[in-house]
Amino acid sequence: MSDRVLTISSPETITAPHIFADAASMVGRSVRLSRRNIEVLLVSLMLPVILMLMFVYLFGGAIDTGTAYVSYVVPGVLVLCAGFGSASTAISVSQDMHGGIMDRFRSMDVSGAAVLSGHVVASVIRNAASTVLVFGIAFLIGFRSNAGLWGWIAAAGILLMFILAISWLAAFVGVLARSPEAANGFTFFLMFLPYASSAFVPIDTMPSWLQGFSAHQPVTPVIESVRGLLAGTPVGNAPWLAIGWCAGILLVSMLLSAVAFRPRTR
Amino acid sequence: MSAAITGTAETAGTSTSTASAPSAIQGTGLTKSYGGVRVLDGVDLSVPAGSVLALLGPNGAGKTTLVRILATLLRPDAGSARVAGFDILHDRHRVRRSISLTGQDVAVDELQTGAENLRMMGRLTGLTRAQSRFRADQLLERFDLSDAARRRISTYSGGMRRRLDLAAGLVGHPAVIFLDEPTTGLDPRSRQDMWQVISELVRTGVSVLLTTQYLEEADALADTIAVINGGAIVASGTPTALKQQVADQRLELTMVDRAAFNQVHRDLGAKVLSSDEGRSTVSVATDGTSGDVRRLLDDIDPTWQRVRRFAVHEASLDDVFLALTGRPASVAGADREPSHV
Repeated sequence: MSDRVLTISSPETITAPHIFADAASMVGRSVRLSRRNIEVLLVSLMLPVILMLMFVYLFGGAIDTGTAYVSYVVPGVLVLCAGFGSASTAISVSQDMHGGIMDRFRSMDVSGAAVLSGHVVASVIRNAASTVLVFGIAFLIGFRSNAGLWGWIAAAGILLMFILAISWLAAFVGVLARSPEAANGFTFFLMFLPYASSAFVPIDTMPSWLQGFSAHQPVTPVIESVRGLLAGTPVGNAPWLAIGWCAGILLVSMLLSAVAFRPRTR
Repeated sequence: MSAAITGTAETAGTSTSTASAPSAIQGTGLTKSYGGVRVLDGVDLSVPAGSVLALLGPNGAGKTTLVRILATLLRPDAGSARVAGFDILHDRHRVRRSISLTGQDVAVDELQTGAENLRMMGRLTGLTRAQSRFRADQLLERFDLSDAARRRISTYSGGMRRRLDLAAGLVGHPAVIFLDEPTTGLDPRSRQDMWQVISELVRTGVSVLLTTQYLEEADALADTIAVINGGAIVASGTPTALKQQVADQRLELTMVDRAAFNQVHRDLGAKVLSSDEGRSTVSVATDGTSGDVRRLLDDIDPTWQRVRRFAVHEASLDDVFLALTGRPASVAGADREPSHV
């Protein structure tokens, strides 16, 4: 086994596709590409902070949530930004699908799952970085938490799961979209979901016809759990609902990506 | 219709010494339709190991579809093929581990450096980190890109991109290489460089199927040329044989007036390759030698009164198609193949 180059180049020795090694290479690729795409990187890091400052200082004074508004709004900002972040994931996936590189990867026996995993993991890392940044600035402008270590871990876990689910959904959109521009448009609605939830204003201030939707859409339990866990207040069954939604979105997105990938690469 | 192609086997000796030269690519009856339109219509082809087959044809002739089928990216509706000894339908993984595909689009990451792109390809073909680094340096050196190794692809010229793209396909030592229009869109100088690189590659004993729209390119690189049009192979043979069949030079005559044009057209009859009544021009085949041109001119214009001007042109792909199919290439297959991305 000293000369492994020769072993590898003779096809008889290849039995199983090494999907995990490929996925690791693809993660490295996607992370490097996102680090170098300065515009996207700046937007994904700065936008959450700007949005938080905007909500706190422009709208916050007019909204009564019964607590410091910054403490109320942080989970909403994070969820909103997961939506923004997903747009760039969908665009990168779509660019791969429509450039020559997907053909090259496939002709090298790299599976589509490995390529998509690379994009998803890079997306999660980008979002995690902007989340940390948002928390840092939030503390500077008055965000306070009563949560213990387990509260923080649980909140972080739910946020991470949500980001992961949304990233896979974005990857599916990227596979499906006819062009990178279309992929961008598809994810637009993701950014509107948080507005019709308890992210920025309490649901009971909304018109009654909207309350039903707002209370039962997936973003609301995510926000309610993170907010409650960080505030140290009772969260009821919100975390279970949040985990259920995220797991559902994740599984369906992965499944649909796999289904959509085949005809798109025929 | 279908036509069998057999290339010259003299170059096959490097990789094997068995009695019957094995085929790098062997395809039979390959057929593919999109929405009721036949893009490939029963193509048979064979590329002996160690040789180069050029698939020559206009846009929409089915070249890319055929390459994508052989590279296992597309399933044929009918027919079968073996590439590097493996069945393209039942043994896709092994086929993929034996080939490389360099397509019309440059398939490397703009935001990675040349070295990073090659190292990534190394990791994906199963090399270790150290092996990938070694192989990347080796290829960068060989393709004259060492100076640009640490620069991002976005700073590369068109020719450099193509060279790196080709290098990226070679990282895993593929036995069979597909090059889909490797020089389309390059300036003449970069095209020459690319030809040089491909010729050197061929000398290492790999088997190559390349597609091209340029007769000159097929002539320069291939052992065998297969002319594809409207999803079928309409002619094949060595470049020399094909050019004799087609005439690689063309004498274009501009007549003094309409009467002279009509007279010459009548005299020449079937020898006319093409003519343009509006410009009063007639083209005939020639080998380009002064003897042949002189003879043709004497035959056509014995009294030195009919021809106002003459010129000798290289035969273009259009001439080849006209000669082989009796109709211009653009009409024959322009709208048959959906563009792949």
